[in-house]
Parts: sequence; structure tokens; C-alpha cells
Amino acid sequence: MRIVVLTKPVPDPASGAERLGPDGRLDRAASPAVVNGNDEYVLEKALKLVAEAGEGEVILLSMAPASAPETMRKALAMGATRGILVTDPALEGSCTVATTRVLAAALKTLEFDLAFAGVDTSDGVAGVVPAGVAALAGLPYLSYAATIDPDMAARTVRVNRITATGFDVLQAPMPALISGTQALGEPRYPSLKGIMAARSKEISTIKMADLGIDPASVGTAGATTRVVDSHKPPPRAATRVIREPADEAARQVVAFLAERRLI
Amino acid sequence: MATVTAATREPGPYRLTEEHEMLRDAVRVLADERVAPRAAEIDRTAEFPQDLRKLLADHDILALPFPTEHGGLGGELLPVALAIEQLSRACATTGLILAVQELGSLPILLAGSSEQQKRWFPSLASGERLIAFALTEAEAGSDVAAARTTANADGDDYVIHGSKRFISHGSIADLITVFAVTDPDAPRHRRLSAFVVEVPTAGFAVTRLEHKMGIRGSPTAELAFDGVRVPQANRLGAEGDGFEIAMRTLDRSRPGIAAQAVGIAQGALEVATAYARERRQFGQRIGELQMVGAMLADMDAATEGARQLLYKACVEIDAGSPEANRWSAMCKLVAGDAAMRVTTDAVQVLGGYGYIDEFPVERMMRDAKITQLYEGTQQIQRLVIARSLLGKDG
Repeated sequence: MRIVVLTKPVPDPASGAERLGPDGRLDRAASPAVVNGNDEYVLEKALKLVAEAGEGEVILLSMAPASAPETMRKALAMGATRGILVTDPALEGSCTVATTRVLAAALKTLEFDLAFAGVDTSDGVAGVVPAGVAALAGLPYLSYAATIDPDMAARTVRVNRITATGFDVLQAPMPALISGTQALGEPRYPSLKGIMAARSKEISTIKMADLGIDPASVGTAGATTRVVDSHKPPPRAATRVIREPADEAARQVVAFLAERRLI
Repeated sequence: MATVTAATREPGPYRLTEEHEMLRDAVRVLADERVAPRAAEIDRTAEFPQDLRKLLADHDILALPFPTEHGGLGGELLPVALAIEQLSRACATTGLILAVQELGSLPILLAGSSEQQKRWFPSLASGERLIAFALTEAEAGSDVAAARTTANADGDDYVIHGSKRFISHGSIADLITVFAVTDPDAPRHRRLSAFVVEVPTAGFAVTRLEHKMGIRGSPTAELAFDGVRVPQANRLGAEGDGFEIAMRTLDRSRPGIAAQAVGIAQGALEVATAYARERRQFGQRIGELQMVGAMLADMDAATEGARQLLYKACVEIDAGSPEANRWSAMCKLVAGDAAMRVTTDAVQVLGGYGYIDEFPVERMMRDAKITQLYEGTQQIQRLVIARSLLGKDG
């Protein structure tokens, strides 16, 4: 069984240091990179499926800056077999469409039974790359998976897809691309053996030229969108904190609500 | 809409690598989720936490000090220190499990033959067996060379007579690295040899378990050797090498105690800081009162200083520095004193609440004291550093 997991290094949401640079682009130097949260859930599922099958590989695929191997090591430490990094200075500043095109081209060079992706990333939150990659690569697309059940003998995969009212059950032939959510289950913390083993796992790189992508269609120059302005939401009006003991506090709250004719 | 920006984050010589951070964080999560909830009970009952020993073994943490070819994770000092630090933040007794496993094994690593390493390391790395380090005696603490336990050659064996005192894990270990006199007439530093004794065995007994101020979950034992036979194949290195093996062991193991001390200090700092954020007196958070803020600042600086020296010492010792003994002694000296100071101040910050067991800082203060005592007292560390500064005199 071979599962490709699309993954992206993103600024650590827990650091609180995500911010845009002066040109409106994400300032990736502001905080350390981590594996995108949703990617960890689908990676965990991929690792579980391969373990249950008793054989197979989990391959990480990422389009990212040249420093990305550091972050990919974290995913390798969880147990992925190897990583493939598409990196090229010309890709810097790429928009979602270009990213989709590059990842689809890279995916087409690989043989696999299933491809997984997180539903969105915590930095851009566009949520369209998995669907776009499936479309460009000609793969069936199953989204918002809460469960993933492959049948290798029948070469099909069944997914419970989360909806507003519950879930749908979808089935598709392999190979297929599935986007997944945290409903798939908590990701394992890398074992120490996994962390030490990660240093010797292979991360191969693919240059854009290898994929036959026109440089003019990617990067800042080829971007289909551009950030023209950004600003923080306006600060909230001053809040009033009531710390008095219960009786006095209740009196103040009642007075506050009464003043505004809410009671 | 996020776009790709080229950026690099170079580790540089003064930052932990990605791998070190992953390792540290993996142990931290384990310490917070599984070790911390047990710490108070371990101290109260003074029972060795076999469940946490198993946890460390299951998570390969006990494999850190051993070479990879024997099932270990490499034996580099910095990863071991990072793990001990994170565990000790939650529970000093638990951090010590790893530190003692390393301490007892170092003589085999430094002086054992490859056959001996192959014989013993796999079960130690897996945590299936524990090992202890038996050097200290009632009359030979700081004065290691004054040891009186003897090992007399008898055919293919040695026969060991004597006793050892204050041996961590002495009552629960399966292997004991014992230092005994093989030649009483040799020059002072050539009298001792090192042996690995597999217990239980005839003539070996645990004669006492100490009731201690701190690290109360860690069994500290007096061991009696009454005609204990050990085959020649269990001697480490040559006869007479014992003292040097012990000294070289301590050069590598002292950072482990420094790591325990840094962890204890960090744990205490975190409790004191959280308390200072919440506790209000005189209409404000006490952390904002300058005398309290100054204490917290000094505690943070002391802990961080000890930590950075520890990490540097680990890297230097592993790099084969000719001043390994200076680095080792220095990091333990600074960290032990920092731990005692920081935990004492943590109790102070909490005031009356710091004195009762509702908060963990009183336990941390009791735990911290040992880091100024074992693996060489602070006075011995100063001797080592002074000698290193002045150069040997003949």
C-alpha cells in the first residue's frame, strides 16, 4: 500500500507570531515552521493504514522553501517513509492556483494507491488546493473525511464525509485523493526512536524545471491574486471588569443591563 | 492569501537543532501528561514508581545513553540531558531513573570490552534491567580512593567483601557496577578495579534503605557483599583501572545531575511565576511588586544561565574536549546551586502556601538539595575546577 501525504510547513499557530510582511506576504521568518495541523491528522491515518496492512510506504509531498526539510523531519519522525520536496526560488510568491498546478504535476510523477491532504492550512486557510490537485491530476476527490476505509483487493476506498447534518458515505476507485480533518484521530507524538531515525530518512528534491512548469505561470510574477491591503481588526471598546464580591457584582451587572434597557 | 516567501532559520552553534527540540518536546509532553500527576504521591509514599520506569522504557527514553548497535539511541550527552531536564521539571525522582541508568552504564561504555557491552547493553537500553553505580562507602565519600571493599582473585573469579553506602537504585537494580580494592599495596589511585555484579547472587544483600529529605521515591541503599563471587569476565578494563574509570565516568555523568537540577529549578520557577500572576495582595498581582518581580527575574536568570552552561558542557564533553572535567564540574556546580536558590526563592514567593504540600515547591526545595551533594559535592566540583585552572603540580 502506498499513500502520498501532501504536507505544508506553516508558521506555528501556537507561537502567536504569525504576521504579514510589509509587502502583504506572509512573513515566514517571524516564527518557526511546523507541520500544518490538518496534515498531521491525515498523516496519522496514513501511518495507521499502512501499519494495519502490514506493508507499504507513506510518502510526504510538499512544495515549500529550501529550509522545509527541517519541518519535514517532524513528519518523518512520526513514521513516514520518505519525503519529496518541490523547491525552487522561482516558486517564491506563488498563489494558490500555481501551488495546485505544481503539486498536481509532482503527484503525477508518482505511483500510489491513495493521496491524502489536510482540508486547509492554518496560514492561508484557502482550502482549495486538495480539490484543485485532484481535478488537475484526474483523481476522484473525497473531502472532509472522518473515516477512511481502503479495500486493496477491490481497489476501492470508502469515506465517511462530514456534512452539516451528519455524514455521507462515499466510495471511489483507487487511486483517489482524500482530504481529511481532525475527526480522523489524534496524531501520535513522535517516538524518540522515530525522531532519531528521521535524520537518516531520504528527502529528495524536485526542481520546477523537472515538472515542465512554465516559470512565468508561478512565483510572484505569475500570481493570480495579490494582497493589496491588510490591517488588524479595530480594537474592542474598553471593557469593564467587575471584581467585587458576588452581591455587589450582581448589583452592578443589573444596573449595567438596566441602563441599556436590556432588562 | 498566503504566498511562499523564501526564509531560512539557521540553527547556528548556540541553538538546539530541530531534532533536539523534537526530542525535548516529546519528553516534555510525557512529563506533563504522565509524570507530573504522580509526583506528589511518589514523594508522599516514598515508593519507587515502577509504572513510570516502564513508561520511560516503553518510550525509548532509557535507550538514550546507549550505542545504537546495542539497541540504544546513540549515547550523546545533550539528548540525555534534555530528557532528564524535562522529566525532573515534573518529578526529580523520575528524572533520576534515567540519570542513574546512565551513571551505572558509563563504566561499561568507557572501559568494557565489546563482548561485555553486547552482553549487558541491550537489556539496559530496553529498560528491562536497571543498573546501579556502587562507589561510595561509609568511610569513602568524597575521598573515593579510601574505599575498603576488597575483591580478591580466586581461580577464575574474584570474591568481593565489603559494603557500599548511599547507592541510588541499589535495591532495585539487576546489575551493579562495583568498585573494589584489588591491590591494597598499589599507589593510591591504582588500588581499585571495577566489576559488574549481577544480582541477586549469593552473599549480596541490601542491608538498609535510607529515609531522605528529597528524591524520596528513589531507593537509596546500603549494600553488603559477603563473599560475592564474580567471574573475571565481569571485570571492566584491567586491574587497577577502577579509580580512573570512576573519574572518567563522573566527567560524563555530572551533566546528568546538572540537568536534573536545571529541571527542578525550571519546575519551581514555573509554579512561582503562575502563583505571582494570580495571587493578589495590596490591590495588585504580587508579581508586580518589585521585590517579588526581582526574585522571579533572578530565578529565571539563574536557571537559564545554568541551562546554557549545561548544554555547552554536553557539547564540549562529547566533542572530546581535553577540559571535560572542568566543563562537567562547572555545569554541576552552577546548576546545583541554582536549583537550591531557585527552589528556596520559589517557596518564598508562595509565602505560607510555599511551606505546605498543597503546592509542590516545598518538595522541589527538598529535592534540589541532593544536586549539591551527590556525584561529587559542590566542594569537590570546586576542587576539580581549581586544579584545572592552576594546572597539575607534578
